Amino acid sequence: MSARIFIPGDAAALAVGADDVAATFSAAAQAKGVSLDIVRNGSRGLYWLEPMVEVETAQGRIAYGPVEAEDVSALLDAMLAGEPHPLLLGPTEDIPWLKRQTRLTFARCGIVDPRSLDDYRAHGGYKGLERALALGAEATVEEVVQSGLRGRGGAGFPTGIKWRTVAGTSADQKYIVCNADEGDSGTFADRMIIEGDPFVLIEGMTISGIAVGATRGYLYIRSEYPHAVAMMEAAIRTAREAGYLGHAVAGSAFDFDMEVRVGAGAYVCGEETALLESLEGRRGVVRAKPPLPAHKGLFGKPTVINNVISLATVPIILAEGADAYRDFGMGRSRGTMPIQIAGNVKHGGLFEIAFGVTLGELVDEIGGGTASGKPVRAVQVGGPLGAYFPRALFDTPFDYEAFAGKDGLIGHGGIVVFDDTVDMAKQARFAMEFCAIESCGKCTPCRIGSTRGVETVDKIIRGDEREKNLVVLEDLCHTMKFGSLCALGGFTPYPVMSALTHFPEDFGAQAPVLAAVR
Amino acid sequence: MIVVNSYEPWSAARAAEIIAAHTGGEGPALPILHAIQAAFGYVPEAVEPMIAEALNLSRAEVHGVVTFYHDFRRKPAGRHVLKLCRAEACQSMGANTLVARAEAALGIALGGTTADGLVTLEPTYCLGLCATAPSAMLDGRVVGRLNESRLDRLVAEAQR
Repeated sequence: MSARIFIPGDAAALAVGADDVAATFSAAAQAKGVSLDIVRNGSRGLYWLEPMVEVETAQGRIAYGPVEAEDVSALLDAMLAGEPHPLLLGPTEDIPWLKRQTRLTFARCGIVDPRSLDDYRAHGGYKGLERALALGAEATVEEVVQSGLRGRGGAGFPTGIKWRTVAGTSADQKYIVCNADEGDSGTFADRMIIEGDPFVLIEGMTISGIAVGATRGYLYIRSEYPHAVAMMEAAIRTAREAGYLGHAVAGSAFDFDMEVRVGAGAYVCGEETALLESLEGRRGVVRAKPPLPAHKGLFGKPTVINNVISLATVPIILAEGADAYRDFGMGRSRGTMPIQIAGNVKHGGLFEIAFGVTLGELVDEIGGGTASGKPVRAVQVGGPLGAYFPRALFDTPFDYEAFAGKDGLIGHGGIVVFDDTVDMAKQARFAMEFCAIESCGKCTPCRIGSTRGVETVDKIIRGDEREKNLVVLEDLCHTMKFGSLCALGGFTPYPVMSALTHFPEDFGAQAPVLAAVR
Repeated sequence: MIVVNSYEPWSAARAAEIIAAHTGGEGPALPILHAIQAAFGYVPEAVEPMIAEALNLSRAEVHGVVTFYHDFRRKPAGRHVLKLCRAEACQSMGANTLVARAEAALGIALGGTTADGLVTLEPTYCLGLCATAPSAMLDGRVVGRLNESRLDRLVAEAQR
């Protein structure tokens, strides 16, 4: 008897016991005389069901989860006999949470064997590169412009415009830098795609290199992601051996090669110019702009610097065409967004959907409310620099401009849910504390302001001249917002002021005037 | 599974070898520092002038880089390193209570090492395991859905 099963090797699945489950399956199969082919796939992103094990059948893949090691023996019997089991979830593709999604960037994640280039190609991989080569460099850039793709790292700058600038700047050497310094709490899309479909990122970076005339790429991955680093290094070796990286990529006239660089635990290196400094071997200190990285980036050369998700979306845009991608979304937010639902939430995971879904749908319907069963009180959208939203703003559609209109940001697409035990004054304090820990120190509003911010929030919490200190805090936030060099100091006021505005009772005060931070 | 941190004793010759192996690439400072720490468990001060010389930098510049990044240790860590995430997603699932519990169990604050040199307890700000929070990392092994009993087991494992 033989069977093929899938057990995710994704770090979050490993964190909840996927390796134990895989080892137990292996041993159980041996004991039962079953020839078992275990594929360590990426995660499908239904994290509350991890470790989620799938078995291949004539009717497609059937999912079970969450599986623990002690379930394995009986589960294997049920799988082989095609009999029901308490952990049976049904055909994977029919799970409503997955079925409701529009998976474009994450089309292959959780489905393919991330170590297999053949599997990647069998599932549409390298079709984007093929079309890019047929179109030529200039038309490839225009295709990305036309798709409406905006930077998924958080800033939302049109990706194609960046590429056009680099393509139009002549230099003896240009670079593609991929920002995988995914430091925002509540986000894991970069990690998940790197661990679940690494070749899509290689393909995206290769297309970018060919489009703008860059021959070298660097992928800067944070050190907190050792599994992603290992997966990417293996994928790069495989792609190089198969002729997809190096001299004459895929038999074309273009050269492109890339390597992984590992960060060293500095959040600010997620800021693009600090990341470039770090890649060059210096302290991760933010650079003043201009010059833009597109003109003078890595080692002073024209550089495309894009987030993982932006670059991993390029292959499908090229493969399916700009219009097909652009047809999804709302307003100026085109295509899909891999939204990460996390924290105190019942159904947490990665949910890729066209822009326009409301925050309430994401938290209440898709997320299913809190894990603790208590009411949702606040959600932080966009990482540690994102605003806290109360239930009253749950009708806000997931869209760059709609969030900006409510004094928030979508950032990298992370949503952290908090129940009614949260103390928003403490969250505001933490935002300032985090900024103080991670500030690169270059500009005063961020370096000093964050420390003064912690002290001021402490005074407010203690009830020490509360009214006066609330004014000081607002004033400080105003200075940080408009006087900081980058988003670390500039956006820390978002969580602080949103906490103060929407949850004034936690600060023992009346809602302050929002105008101060506008 | 217990992974014990085992590192080589400091050796200038070995450090020189590591530096030489990395100087060919672009922007080699961080790869060198990572490799030095992987070999010795920390970045000894004695290596700073060696890196400065090899990369044609001032010693102050190298020192600045070493001290800027949270990852680089100035002295060896304990035999085991237990990192607890205290970023927002983990906070929403009670990470702060778990941090306090670990501190009490080990008798040290975040950033400290137990007197017997067995355990270093550190904060981390996001392991990207935010949908299976709270999260921890013990010597490179990730652990999610932490609760009091799982944390206690992790702390006990770290003390072995």
